[in-house]
Amino acid sequence: MPWVLIAPQAFIVLAFFFWPAGQALIQSLQQSDAFGTSVEWVGFANFLSLWRDDTYLASFKTTAIFSLWVAGLGISISLLLAFFADRIVRGAWVYRSLLILPYAVAPVVAGVLWLFLFSPSVGLASYILEQWGLHWNILLNSNHAMTLIVIAAVWKQISYNFLFFLAGFQSIPKSLIEAAAIDGAGVWRRFWTIQFPLLTPTTFFLLVVNTVYAFFETFGVVDATTKGGPGKDTAILIYKVYFDGFKAMDLGGSAAQSVVLMFIVIGLTFLQFRYIERKVNY
Amino acid sequence: MATLELKNLVKRYGFGTKAVQVLHNVSAEIHDGEFVVIVGPSGCGKSTLLRMVAGLEDITEGEIRIGNKKVNDLEPSERDIAMVFQNYALYPHMSVFENMAYGLKIAKVSKEDIKKRVHAAASALELSHLLERKPRELSGGQRQRVAMGRAIVRQPQVFLFDEPLSNLDAKLRAHTRLEIQKLHRELATTSLFVTHDQVEAMTLAQRMLVMNEGRLQQFGTPEEVYNRPANTFVAGFIGAPPMNLLHEMSGIDTEMILGIRPEHLHIKNASHADGRSDAYSWAAQVYALEMLGAERLVYARIGQEDVVLRTDVTSNAPEIGGTLELIAYHHQVHWFDKKTGLRQS
Amino acid sequence: MMGRHRLLNTLSHLVLCIGVLITVFPIYVALVGASHTAQEMAQSPIPLWFGHETWNNLKTVLWGEGPGVTSQIPVSRMLWVSCVTAFSIAVGKIIISLLSAFAIVYFQFRFRKAVFWGIFVTLMLPVEVRIVPTYQVIADFHMVNSFAGLTIPLIASATATFLFRQFFLTVPDELAEASKMDGATPMRFFWDVLLPLSRTTIAALFVIQFIYGWNQYLWPLLISTEERMYPIVMGIRSMTAGADSQVQWNLVMATALLALLPPLLVVLCMQKWFIKGLVDTEK
Repeated sequence: MPWVLIAPQAFIVLAFFFWPAGQALIQSLQQSDAFGTSVEWVGFANFLSLWRDDTYLASFKTTAIFSLWVAGLGISISLLLAFFADRIVRGAWVYRSLLILPYAVAPVVAGVLWLFLFSPSVGLASYILEQWGLHWNILLNSNHAMTLIVIAAVWKQISYNFLFFLAGFQSIPKSLIEAAAIDGAGVWRRFWTIQFPLLTPTTFFLLVVNTVYAFFETFGVVDATTKGGPGKDTAILIYKVYFDGFKAMDLGGSAAQSVVLMFIVIGLTFLQFRYIERKVNY
Repeated sequence: MATLELKNLVKRYGFGTKAVQVLHNVSAEIHDGEFVVIVGPSGCGKSTLLRMVAGLEDITEGEIRIGNKKVNDLEPSERDIAMVFQNYALYPHMSVFENMAYGLKIAKVSKEDIKKRVHAAASALELSHLLERKPRELSGGQRQRVAMGRAIVRQPQVFLFDEPLSNLDAKLRAHTRLEIQKLHRELATTSLFVTHDQVEAMTLAQRMLVMNEGRLQQFGTPEEVYNRPANTFVAGFIGAPPMNLLHEMSGIDTEMILGIRPEHLHIKNASHADGRSDAYSWAAQVYALEMLGAERLVYARIGQEDVVLRTDVTSNAPEIGGTLELIAYHHQVHWFDKKTGLRQS
Repeated sequence: MMGRHRLLNTLSHLVLCIGVLITVFPIYVALVGASHTAQEMAQSPIPLWFGHETWNNLKTVLWGEGPGVTSQIPVSRMLWVSCVTAFSIAVGKIIISLLSAFAIVYFQFRFRKAVFWGIFVTLMLPVEVRIVPTYQVIADFHMVNSFAGLTIPLIASATATFLFRQFFLTVPDELAEASKMDGATPMRFFWDVLLPLSRTTIAALFVIQFIYGWNQYLWPLLISTEERMYPIVMGIRSMTAGADSQVQWNLVMATALLALLPPLLVVLCMQKWFIKGLVDTEK
């Protein structure tokens, strides 16, 4: 009886998870010729050439910088907002309803919206920047391009982080804060010495989630805005996997990149479970 | 309405060298319409025993017969029994009516019959005005009654109660005890009631199954169990304060343990003649007193042993630190073998 | 001690208002942008208040007639694709996860542990990591450019199974035992007792999965090569493909609105459950 119940999920998991994952592993150890007609085993050659490939390493660096910005900004801004949202009494639900809106927006749509705002010809933001003497151009300036994707990615993620931080603040017993107040701690000190330390699990959790988000779910943002450009300056790893696998038809290289990404995700998820004491005991 | 036979029941968890035996050869014959209480400390196997009767646990060895039918391999719903759980196990999303009707619905009882039975049980338990409420809107005592109502509507051959009063406060517990007694008088269904509280056992049972460490210690009426405990465990478990068990007393056979209930230990006063041959007397030093209102507990030490006495409040309280002479009549003393703990008559 | 109440309160509201401005502004801009003509949207700075063209723009975009239409397929078709996809993913995921979680929690069977860990592992493999080989599997099954191809690979991940498992573990064992005594078969128990109790969790999951399915981009990008199978998030992307000055921002914004309104409505209306679901999953 239980097997009947598990069958649907088991089947899909096997067919669309394990099988492709296995295939990716195998393909990463192979190389096909230009016409895709024959394959040969090359062992770790694909990985080695990745390691030696400047564009790959550059992509790695880009992704690292990108995720640092996204996670860093995303967490700080939402922490700030959650802190204040926790303090007020009136209108809390109004703020909350409005702050969670970006969660509903697809990364790619977020990209389009911010692309519009920063459009060199009609964007409001570019208009304002022009007034201050800054010539905005994402096609030519890599920093501008990176700024755009960071902003779009962070904007979208604020809601998610905010919700978790808010829940975190609200789960701190009021008695702790009151005790600190009686001990003479002011608002600022109370935050740094009581609330923030107690939020460490949440912060750590969000760090991992935001990093995974930056690595993977921001594909839409990049594709809608900079498409990896200028040149390859905003080609984050996932974008490169897509590009190499589907545009450049380098299956072996793309598979190898996928495998590397796989290990990164596994590592991050593993971290998430081990250190955030997730109750995954069986 | 049926007899319930437990024959050589054994329960084991695990296999081979890792096996843990939880019940050792428990046998008992419960008469039709009898209210039997299984009582014992935590971990003694009483709940396991009940659950084996219910069909919620497998029977490793032995037989269970309900109304002379062997039920070992039958599903709980096929055994014609009903159970009242410790935490009531009411379906939170169903109304009281639906909770009580659920089992009948599955058994495909007709709608009118269901209505009749549920209303009858509800009025017997004073739940008629609560039929449309959800469990979360009820008090603990009310939920308890719904749980009982659910069992009653099934009109089973045997009722099983798994520590149903443990989650109620003391006053409610006393009240519900009386309700259960009343119900049993009305329905006269064979019942098996598990509790760790010996007061509940004494007040509710027609006969008591006293258990410890997976073994049946004694099966008898409350009077039998109280006045003629089969071993030192039963002697010390039933009765509050428990029976005094003295191991090393001057003038007493060293192979024996002397047992004397707190109410049977008297302080020597003028009405007691000196040097009686039908009583023991010992010198004791008082070290504590507890005033209970209707009586006074005196804690004293005889040599190396501590004893408790129940005294009435009309006489003056003894002084703490003072010495007393204690009297115990031979016919009120119990003897147990020191090695086996068994009663010696 | 809570002395500087008033000042802090004002500051709190101020900061929150700024935060809300940042989050709402792009959406506001989209609303404004969709209400003007192409010409009005081609000037810099763009107007900040609403125009009168909303209905026209929507009409153009939805039914693919009128000036400036770039794609062959009207957006209404793409909306439909997104709707079906998102809904199927949410419903499909909920159903199979309910069944799997039920089996894992309430049955003892060999390899239960293996199954559990097997499903658990899928949490670590978002679709982006296996795009090339999964595409090959889809191609082999001839599911390219189909609803099946768009939805099935996305419904197997373990998040939902986990949530349900966590929830089922909080349901007291006694309930299952009581239902056993009442004569209910396992499936009966599942239907009569477990499901009703899981209502909130199902609602929360529905919101999250619907949004997840609606906002899928990379996967449809690979699977749907024909425009008629584009979800709306892809459609909008292709509208910005041209050079910046060529883009018809009014139409793009109209499409963006259509792309973000359904998930937005779902979030707003089911706010309570959604937030509970998000936060409870991870805690």
